[in-house]
Amino acid sequence: MSHPAHAMTHGDAMHPPVKAEFGSGVYTEKLGMWVFLLSEVMFFTALIGSYLILRFSRPDAWPAGGPQEVLNIPVTAVNTFLLICSSVTMVKAYAAAADGKLNLLPLWLLATTLIGATFVGVQAYEYTELVTHGFGPSSGLFGSTFYTMTGFHGFHVSMGVICMAYVTLRAFRGKYSATDHRGVEVIGLYWHFVDLVWIILFTIVYLI
Amino acid sequence: MNWLLPPGASTFAGDIDRIYYIILVITTIAFVVVQAGLVWFLIKYRARPGRKALYTHGNMKAEVIWTAIPAVTVIVIGLMSGGVWNHIKGRDSVPADAIPLAVHASQFEWNVTYPGPDGQLGSADDFTVRNQLHVPVDRPVAVMLTAEDVIHSFNVPAFRIKQDAVPGMHIRTWFQATQTGEYELGCAELCGLGHYRMRAVVTVHTAEDYERWLTERAQTVSLR
Amino acid sequence: MTTVATHSEAAAHAHVDDRSFLRKYIFSTDHKIIGIQFLLMSLLFLLVGGTLAMIIRWQQGYPGQAMPGAGVLPETMAADGIILPEFYNSLVTMHGTFMVFFAIMPLLVGVFGNYLIPLKIGAADMAFPRINMASFWIAVPAGILMIVGFFVEGGHAAAGWTGYAPLSAVPEYTGVSLGQQIWCVSLIVLGLSSILGSMNYISTVINLRAPGMTWFRLPLSIWALFITAILVLLAMPILSGALIMLLFDQVLGTHFFLPAQGGQPLLWQHLFWFFGHPEVYILILPAMGFVSDIIANGSRKPIFGYHSMVFAIAAIGFLGWMVWGHHMFQSGMNPTLGTSFMISTMLIAVPSAIKTFNWLGTLWGGSIRFHVPMLHALAFVSMFVIGGLSGVFMASTPVDIYIHDTYFIVAHIHYVLFGGSLFALFAAITFWYPKMFGKLMSPRLGKLHFWLTFIFYNMTFFPMHQLGLQGHMRRIYDPTVYQFLDHLGGLNRFITISAFLLFASQLIFAYSFIAGWFRGEKAPENPWDDTGLEWTTPSPPPHGNWPETPTVHHPPYEFSSPLARDGDFLPQTREVKPLPDPAPTSTPADTPASR
Repeated sequence: MSHPAHAMTHGDAMHPPVKAEFGSGVYTEKLGMWVFLLSEVMFFTALIGSYLILRFSRPDAWPAGGPQEVLNIPVTAVNTFLLICSSVTMVKAYAAAADGKLNLLPLWLLATTLIGATFVGVQAYEYTELVTHGFGPSSGLFGSTFYTMTGFHGFHVSMGVICMAYVTLRAFRGKYSATDHRGVEVIGLYWHFVDLVWIILFTIVYLI
Repeated sequence: MNWLLPPGASTFAGDIDRIYYIILVITTIAFVVVQAGLVWFLIKYRARPGRKALYTHGNMKAEVIWTAIPAVTVIVIGLMSGGVWNHIKGRDSVPADAIPLAVHASQFEWNVTYPGPDGQLGSADDFTVRNQLHVPVDRPVAVMLTAEDVIHSFNVPAFRIKQDAVPGMHIRTWFQATQTGEYELGCAELCGLGHYRMRAVVTVHTAEDYERWLTERAQTVSLR
Repeated sequence: MTTVATHSEAAAHAHVDDRSFLRKYIFSTDHKIIGIQFLLMSLLFLLVGGTLAMIIRWQQGYPGQAMPGAGVLPETMAADGIILPEFYNSLVTMHGTFMVFFAIMPLLVGVFGNYLIPLKIGAADMAFPRINMASFWIAVPAGILMIVGFFVEGGHAAAGWTGYAPLSAVPEYTGVSLGQQIWCVSLIVLGLSSILGSMNYISTVINLRAPGMTWFRLPLSIWALFITAILVLLAMPILSGALIMLLFDQVLGTHFFLPAQGGQPLLWQHLFWFFGHPEVYILILPAMGFVSDIIANGSRKPIFGYHSMVFAIAAIGFLGWMVWGHHMFQSGMNPTLGTSFMISTMLIAVPSAIKTFNWLGTLWGGSIRFHVPMLHALAFVSMFVIGGLSGVFMASTPVDIYIHDTYFIVAHIHYVLFGGSLFALFAAITFWYPKMFGKLMSPRLGKLHFWLTFIFYNMTFFPMHQLGLQGHMRRIYDPTVYQFLDHLGGLNRFITISAFLLFASQLIFAYSFIAGWFRGEKAPENPWDDTGLEWTTPSPPPHGNWPETPTVHHPPYEFSSPLARDGDFLPQTREVKPLPDPAPTSTPADTPASR
């Protein structure tokens, strides 16, 4: 992602001036988001780590033919694809802002928001289907770990969708510029993180 | 302040108490050196008119010394402790000729199962007693610990043994009593309302008394 | 927020402050006000935790006897004034919970992290002032919820502050249902407050240091708060995850920790202590930082071995992640793991030893002023050494077989948390009170409070070592059930009476704290002749802290520096022309010319 227009400038909000003290080298909102994401890594590590410990100690608590015996892989695979698409639209949004294409920025952000909301909706649908077919959180270790991990991921996506909607609204109101679109980059970082967690979850919960 | 341990009545007590006393000596020396040094400095270097503090930022040599000494000390204590730990708790440490008992902990009692005359646990002549642990002196006893509901802890201070009993787990622990008499077992892991009264009496018999007790009990079982 | 924005905002706010009362004192984004809000909230919870301890001590000293004043307690807690066993288990649980999560941790991190970080690094405020405000106002409902737990049906949580499963997961096992759930939810909410706070602190220290405030010119209080914030950031989410799993076992029918369907009780312990051990370093590192600042000040000397002190803080922070299993030696976990945890635990004693000797090195050759903060800081060193040495016994796996879950552990905990953290907090509160409130606390009352506390504290907790060595278990409602504990009744009563006297002595501190607001002498800018940046602005500082961002020229702790002109100390921001003939042996202080 190169922005020749900004390569030589120092002193706009996206590329803070070189300070007297060697800090992080990035503007503080971005630093804050990276730091916050570290805490999120630890949170999901607790959940995923517990899942791995339980799965390896009691493989018999999972269906002999694998998770696909219970879970709807085709639907969630499409959902995964959608979430990945929303990361692409997020990247396009950031690029639009950086390139000064401020008319396209809100549209890409809106697309990201809508796809994110769809992901959550599909997950809600998936949950209701599973529960009506008798697979709930109380369905043994498989149910316990499945709902906790995917549920909290879904919660994080939902929070992301709300923040994304807020950023989208601000974009429509022209609050971002080519020289200051920090909010876009920061929500983008969160969004990509949430996507990455899902890719890991989808692999270890659904496919293996 | 009494730093002495109460009398021990198992083969473990000798080893554990010895390490305890070694650590006590080492930590007492460290305690005296540091506290005395502290008090001496406070007196000697208190502010007095005309005296200026020494302007220095440190001394690398001193730092190396007072880093190395504690480091070596704790490593030595660790090495000393490792062997004893393995002997007591190691998975392969249970003597082959140990008398097998099963202790099932539940809210709020200890149920001790004896193998009966055939010497095998899990057979028809087993019998169970509540809140009583009877063992012969000078013979190793291996306890298979299980728990019914929550985590309890099999704790006989006089034998210097303590092992958590965890629901869903079978945990083996062993001991060898060295003195006849009556001792107490007290749960050492908060287990609910009755945790404080989850007590059992531990009786260490002579070899003959133990056989007599076993026979009496076994007869009571067969009479049922 | 770039430096530019901070500068103009500071300039604007330092001169015109037209915020409403609500905005200025209630929903404030000013780090100083938020720090004071945390202070008032935490001191209240310290009182709650202390009161619970008094009831615990009554029961231990006079088991089965009616407690004076217990008539006010409902029949679910006491019958005819006699504390009930079920309530006793809640008492020990909630004493630990309130003290660790709602008193000590917020006092160390929420109060002084907030108050000191921007001031001591030369910033106008935290990186994210509104998130900072949210951090406090999220902690408040968490605290209220934790109090509410006492009043629900079934009573409050009763599975220990460590909440071991399955006891904590199944209502039938404790008789407590809603209370245990409230315990989980409250701590999850508090965790969010802590995580947001730590994110703020880390971002602020990295990006908002004033010109000249290089990493190795940071005072040790800030280094300690910075490393602590990293520990909070990484450890609290683990607890949150564990609490969520526990809550789901309680209410959603999941089986994380319940063996019937393959869950593992030990999994809770691993998760809890993987958080729990870094947590105890969270509870001691800031204390060590404050003590360093205050001992250097009281000795009128630079800290001995500043770089080693920084290294030791980082080493403790790092090694603290590798020792959690020492809480689980007897848990049924693989004994070989026990040996590896013993080794890492033994090693973590070393950086603490380094710090202790460096504090002694700071005193050596000093010109010691025994002001009230210094008294408390010295008590910290002395008491923390005892707590640390007692830790060596429990680090030895075979000795731990005997002392695990006895009062020896309780003695250790209280030597490091009270003898350590709380004395450091008294030091910090009395040291920074003039800056916070613009008033001086009475030195006479301060010294009286100190000596009474020091004496009664040792009378209360030192004998607990003996209780433990005699085999006295923890968390037992009535020790008289056991014959082997019969002879300890007198000792228990002695401890109880000492504890009552200790508690009563804190009234002096409470009085002094409040009286200072109304009757204290007005505090000057720098009552302690200290070198830190916070002492270069009025007491209390205006919104924005300085009219212009300060520039730092010197390391911290330049007491008795040959470059000091008036007084025996060199403030970090003082611009000094170089001496005509600089002494070759002294460390040359940075001057503007040489930067």
